[in-house]
Amino acid sequence: MSYTYIGKDFTPPDIQGKVTGSAKFAEDYTVDGMVYARLYTSPMPHARVTGIDAAAALAIEGVFGILTADDVPSVDAPNAPVLTNEPVYVGDPILAVAAVDEKTAENALERIQVTLQPLPFTTDPTQSLAPAGPSARVEGNVFPREMQQLNWSQQELDRFRAGGEPTGAAPTEWSYGDLEAGFDNSAVILEESFVTTGYAHMSMEPRSVLSYWRNGRCHVHGSTQSQSFVVPFLAGMLGIPAKDLVYISEYCGGGFGSKIAAYPVLALPGHFSKKLGRPVMLRITREEEYYVGSARVGFQGWLKAGFKADGSVAAVDMYIVQDLGARRAGGDASSAGGAVSILYQPDAVRLRDVPVFTNTTPRGAQRGPGQNQIAAIFEPILDKAARELNIDPVDIRRINAPDSSATLNANQGPVTSAYMKEALDLGADLFNWTQRKKRSGQRKGSVVTGIGVGQGYHSAGANGFDGLLRITPDGKIHFHSGVGNLGTYSYASTTRTAAEVLKCNWDNCIVHHGNSDLHLPWSSYQAGSNTTFTHSRANYVAAMDAIEKMREIAATTLGGTAADYEVADERVFATGDASRGLSFAEVATAAIKLGGRYSGAEYPDDIHEVTQRAVQGVAGTGLIGVAKDNLPKRGTAPGFAVAFAEIELDLETGKHEIVEYLAVAECGTVVHPLGLAGQLRGGAVWGFGMASLERHVYDPQNGLPANVGFYQCKPPTYLDVPSKMQTAAVDIADPDSPMGARGIGEPAMGCATAAVMCALSDALGGHLFNRTPVTPDTIINHVAERPQAYGLLSINTF
Amino acid sequence: MNPNLSRRRFIKGVIASSAAAATSSAWYSATAQTRSAGSVERLLILNINGRKRPVDVLPQETLAYTLRYKLGLTGTKIGCNRGECGACTVTVDDVSHYSCSMLTHSVRGRAIVTVEGLQAANGDLHPIQQAFIDELAPQCGFCTPGQIMATVALLKENPLPTREEARQALSGNLCRCGAYDHYLNAVMRASGQTT
Repeated sequence: MSYTYIGKDFTPPDIQGKVTGSAKFAEDYTVDGMVYARLYTSPMPHARVTGIDAAAALAIEGVFGILTADDVPSVDAPNAPVLTNEPVYVGDPILAVAAVDEKTAENALERIQVTLQPLPFTTDPTQSLAPAGPSARVEGNVFPREMQQLNWSQQELDRFRAGGEPTGAAPTEWSYGDLEAGFDNSAVILEESFVTTGYAHMSMEPRSVLSYWRNGRCHVHGSTQSQSFVVPFLAGMLGIPAKDLVYISEYCGGGFGSKIAAYPVLALPGHFSKKLGRPVMLRITREEEYYVGSARVGFQGWLKAGFKADGSVAAVDMYIVQDLGARRAGGDASSAGGAVSILYQPDAVRLRDVPVFTNTTPRGAQRGPGQNQIAAIFEPILDKAARELNIDPVDIRRINAPDSSATLNANQGPVTSAYMKEALDLGADLFNWTQRKKRSGQRKGSVVTGIGVGQGYHSAGANGFDGLLRITPDGKIHFHSGVGNLGTYSYASTTRTAAEVLKCNWDNCIVHHGNSDLHLPWSSYQAGSNTTFTHSRANYVAAMDAIEKMREIAATTLGGTAADYEVADERVFATGDASRGLSFAEVATAAIKLGGRYSGAEYPDDIHEVTQRAVQGVAGTGLIGVAKDNLPKRGTAPGFAVAFAEIELDLETGKHEIVEYLAVAECGTVVHPLGLAGQLRGGAVWGFGMASLERHVYDPQNGLPANVGFYQCKPPTYLDVPSKMQTAAVDIADPDSPMGARGIGEPAMGCATAAVMCALSDALGGHLFNRTPVTPDTIINHVAERPQAYGLLSINTF
Repeated sequence: MNPNLSRRRFIKGVIASSAAAATSSAWYSATAQTRSAGSVERLLILNINGRKRPVDVLPQETLAYTLRYKLGLTGTKIGCNRGECGACTVTVDDVSHYSCSMLTHSVRGRAIVTVEGLQAANGDLHPIQQAFIDELAPQCGFCTPGQIMATVALLKENPLPTREEARQALSGNLCRCGAYDHYLNAVMRASGQTT
């Protein structure tokens, strides 16, 4: 299928601001009378606030007041409050103070006496599961969707720590198929323990927030991945109806899952501003961003995988202890099980999950939450099975590869489409796999070559959201995008589906986004790799609605029936007689005169209330196309990626260089080639970080984080990644997406972390580390045949 | 080594960095807008983007602070405020610097260029800015001004860098989106070399 806009690069309207410095992020705004807030964060990993004496602080000239947990709505554990009287990790915000400037606020903080009663704490889930182990929260230590207390016997704990099949209770479990029969049918059965360490998101932009109230409405300048999706939730946190919130997030300096929706600090200046009657700016420092900026869930686990003689995966039994941090989290383990169920199509899968709180920073979704941790672990295990069965690593993946008949998750539901074999074949061809694989294990001095292939998966498309567009009497086409600007350009690229359907000139299109007062429709969250699929559909239905209305208007004005007319070249005209028609400008003018559903005075009753308000805001300004996406969707829309990596591992330093990298996307039709390449490469950088660099470390004695800055957290730099990475795409249309597109952001990372883990393993003759990150120390100890500096399931290791 | 960067200037820079690279709270104590005991604001005339900009500056104020909060030049970003990320990169006498780790008093009489200073008066983009657009180099865009200013300094000193030279020159600029590859493509394009 040939398109005018789909599959073509374009200049997204916001990019000029990014290169000129005119792009305004939340902290770049100022308003008259703005005062500055600073946070008092917990110095203890778990404590109860028994007293706050702010008298001396409030006496300082220029101090306007404090905000404590008593001033903000309380929430039920383990949800995250704006401020707390029971801090559950070092850095948990207890109160804020506002002053004429930050220096005065900082001086005030030093004068505030906060009395804390220490409570038991833990930085390791297995410590909390021990008999009489410390609980990270007074309400319980595990969270299988409700607070519970769980302690194993010492024997159960010892067995798990020693690498045996866990026998301790797991509060969550799902399965499908006959596990026992699967293992009976297996030629190779592998049992492995593993650790994936949690680590901070560390978005480049610290999440500063500015709020003020004007005419009874709260204005919030914030930084979120999503735009419309944030509005009702943030309004709820502020205790106001959504119509009274003006939410502005035109630019977001990175989120990666940590800024999906309204987060507690986003509501703080709004509450503070209301209390003080002044605009409040809360600038977040890098250290504070570590505290309030979220992190990846850590895994300590065990799995048993059975492979048939032909290499097909027969059964996988997974047991995962999740490190949730101190607040609500925990979907990662189940997502890991789901990823295994689709990528390898096993006959049987069981997932047991123990979600445990620790007194460490709150966790949340981080690019491929669960899917990417298990990609790092399972893919090298797959290679080990391939080695034992004498099957090539690409072949074993091809044997198990999901196609459009694939099923996934506990319910073994269907997919919209899947072409993983095609992705593997394309990648193997472009990477010259067969030839390159011959270099595996070659030595040059202390440097040894490793070759790896890895796969990533994430669901990549939702449905049921709204599209809204408008054609005005000046002939312009306005796309109202409720999609947040998280750096993928999907807020704009998804509107090109509407431009494609309308057959209009992109240069006459205006994309409105980033400010809830710009009449933006209800949108999915910009996370979970869903936006391209979800909002291609929403824009499609809005465009179809506009076309239907234009044809009706033409029939009313020029005679005949709507079926006699078509839309192209910014005109609606009689089929076969292009001279008989109306320009977009004329049809917009006619729509305003006709009113009703044409002008937006009326609208469908199934659209979200956020969209209803958006339509009300633009009603009467032109022809309105608005609809909810009720298109059919036959199952999970999957996003897949395959990566190939060649590394050179120096056995003397333990460091490696990635000398060649190729990523292949299987995400349906390519919508925006450069954008897709950016996601594949950026995802790869994240994958490299997970494989060998990033981890957080807590001091188990005091609960103190050891790495709150960039340098210690170690996101990859230019020098940690290849300077050139190849990308490609299968580019086969998905039948349930109007232009055939699905999402890709998260699989782009999982395939990279898997490919590097597999290449490291390959360089070392198939040795499995079963741990992320694999640090140089780990390599050196292995090469020197020394014991590692940590136990099998230890975390908080350097 | 950069020929403009003498040993003496390097050492001075390190001293300035350590002054600014203290904890965040100390930074706020040190750089806020009101006067603290014993510190006096001095009216400086700074040369920023080719214009003379008079500004009152505290002795311990960083250039990033002056640019963003006193002059409204918010294109310069503060990502870490301790010399670890490069989002605040500007050029001083054509050499790239972390403006979070430089005292404003140390740049008196020197030519400072921020990302706002690149676009021509008629609105034309600087070739480097255009190259960054053409390669879809930015993702979230927060680190982009710093990446661009590091590129400005690189191409001033080395108009035809190899990709590896560009990689080394920009290695002090973090990008959490991982857009490094695209940024390097943009540097090569801006220097007139095919990518």
